[in-house]
Amino acid sequence: MERVVDPLAKKPSVLRTQSETIGFVIMVAALAIAPFVTYPLFLMQAMCFALFACAFNLLIGYVGLLSFGHALYFGWASYLSAYSAKAWGFPPELAILTGTATAAICGLVAGSLAIRRQGIYFAMITLALAQMMYFFALQAKFTGGEDGIQAVPRGHLFGIFDLKNEMTMYAVVLVIFLAGFLFIYRIIHSPFGEVLKAIRENETRAISLGYKTDHYKLVAFVLSATLAGVAGSTKAIVLQLASLTDVNWPMSGEVVLMTLVGGLGTIFGPVAGAFVILVMQFKLAPIGEWVLVIQGAIFVACVLLFRRGIIGEIANKLRIRL
Amino acid sequence: MVEIFGIPSTALFGQLLIGLINGSFYALLSLGLAVIFGMLNIINFSHGAQYMMGAFAAYLILQYSGLGYWPALIIAPIIVGITGIIIERLFLQWLYKLDHLYGLLLTFGLALIFEGVARNYFGSAGLPYTVPESLRGGQNLGFMFLPNYRAWVIAASLLVCFGTWFVIERTRLGAYLRAATENPTLVRAFGINVPRMITLTYGFGVALAAFAGVMAAPVYNVSPQMGAELIIVVFAVVVIGGMGSILGAIVTGFGLGVIEGLTKVFFPEASNTVIFVIMAIVLLVRPAGLFGRRA
Repeated sequence: MERVVDPLAKKPSVLRTQSETIGFVIMVAALAIAPFVTYPLFLMQAMCFALFACAFNLLIGYVGLLSFGHALYFGWASYLSAYSAKAWGFPPELAILTGTATAAICGLVAGSLAIRRQGIYFAMITLALAQMMYFFALQAKFTGGEDGIQAVPRGHLFGIFDLKNEMTMYAVVLVIFLAGFLFIYRIIHSPFGEVLKAIRENETRAISLGYKTDHYKLVAFVLSATLAGVAGSTKAIVLQLASLTDVNWPMSGEVVLMTLVGGLGTIFGPVAGAFVILVMQFKLAPIGEWVLVIQGAIFVACVLLFRRGIIGEIANKLRIRL
Repeated sequence: MVEIFGIPSTALFGQLLIGLINGSFYALLSLGLAVIFGMLNIINFSHGAQYMMGAFAAYLILQYSGLGYWPALIIAPIIVGITGIIIERLFLQWLYKLDHLYGLLLTFGLALIFEGVARNYFGSAGLPYTVPESLRGGQNLGFMFLPNYRAWVIAASLLVCFGTWFVIERTRLGAYLRAATENPTLVRAFGINVPRMITLTYGFGVALAAFAGVMAAPVYNVSPQMGAELIIVVFAVVVIGGMGSILGAIVTGFGLGVIEGLTKVFFPEASNTVIFVIMAIVLLVRPAGLFGRRA
């Protein structure tokens, strides 16, 4: 994008031009210090969900497609990762790849169906397909039904690093999270990403400019599903568990909530949202079912009052990009 | 015993009946969704929760005032419909100028609130609601036993569905509604209070869901999560039928209920997923839906 330069304007401060870099440095620093301050297991889980939310945000924030069935990719990746590690004895790197590939295939099939309809139908189709795959997970033998797949071995990464060590596991999750995050950043700022944003703003015009928008939408969908799969697979190794919770519709709702709270279409928003929602769930666990009510209330409040989300509001106040 | 395709006829007709019952609820709920979407341009995600509220309203009316099924069938939809009107005034009216997806997200949040509150006060287990005295027993039709209550559910929902169709397609009020769906600004210029019409439409759509909930109470138990999974199936029904046509919603609802019932007989493992599979096939063959117009 070209900017019109006003010759009388002051030279923009470093804070303004490099806001994304500064944000990234702060995030990495915080995540590097955090395991010495609070529970590493909680942080690893939060990073998995943060990556999940970033993957979801790639679709809604940059292509304008609301997928209400992202639990499908997260949950099925989680199952395959857990199953291949436990039953086939795959090392963690292969288990994560297996889960990710599963999510990519599911994304390709579901995505090519869902992009056949626009707008609100897209959300309903993705939700319905996810529900179908939930029933498959419920009935299939290998998923363990209500019990899920428990006691998944963490194993040795590349046969060297013992992931039973909490700090080693933390480092691996941090690397996966940052790699996924930077990959998404790269997508958004590539020419491909610019076309996605054009589709979000005005699909008809993008078509008239000669872009095959369906292809772009499908590629974005598969990328988003794949990255959600990375998050789900990693989560299965970290928590050593894959269960129906990962694949059921409330999980799809949760990732929407995380992204909405953090800020749709912001780079750091989904990360912030994931941490906020997980901390909230952790703190509010003792009050049981009221968590559901509070989550619902946050949805309502976000839609009515804070459509920009936390990071979006901050970015808007400081007039910077985050 | 008579057998059809190697299946005892009683089992076949029994499942067909269950299919028609489920179909009644699919039809009533997808009809409500279509009516609301037509006027408000919002997909009412809380429709399932409002169906659940209808059932709970009937249950509470019985518990606290002793009024039985028949009064509840009228009172519960009115109460839930009024809550719908309040919701529209408080929340939804601010969203009409925004992207569709915000309406979906807001009503999803409302659904979580309603379900959460119900779970807190009533627990997750179902509460029983007995079939009214006047509809107990059943008819022996020779080839199957038809419980009176189930016959009533099918008849009543057909009546309400076609009543709604008649009002929208054949009366002056319906003509205003359809006109306001097409071009609200112009209809307002003719001196018709469109915002009030939108509010009442939402109230009516919600009341339809609550009506279905009251009818469902004696068939299934009354439970907080009764609406959540149903609404996802209804979404699939709506995708299959397309929301452009009232009659289409009714036909698709009943038809899919019957297909689901038959699947239970011939291939029980797939009974949960058959509607989603049909949705996928319809998307491949007729992307706009069976009764939909190409956008």
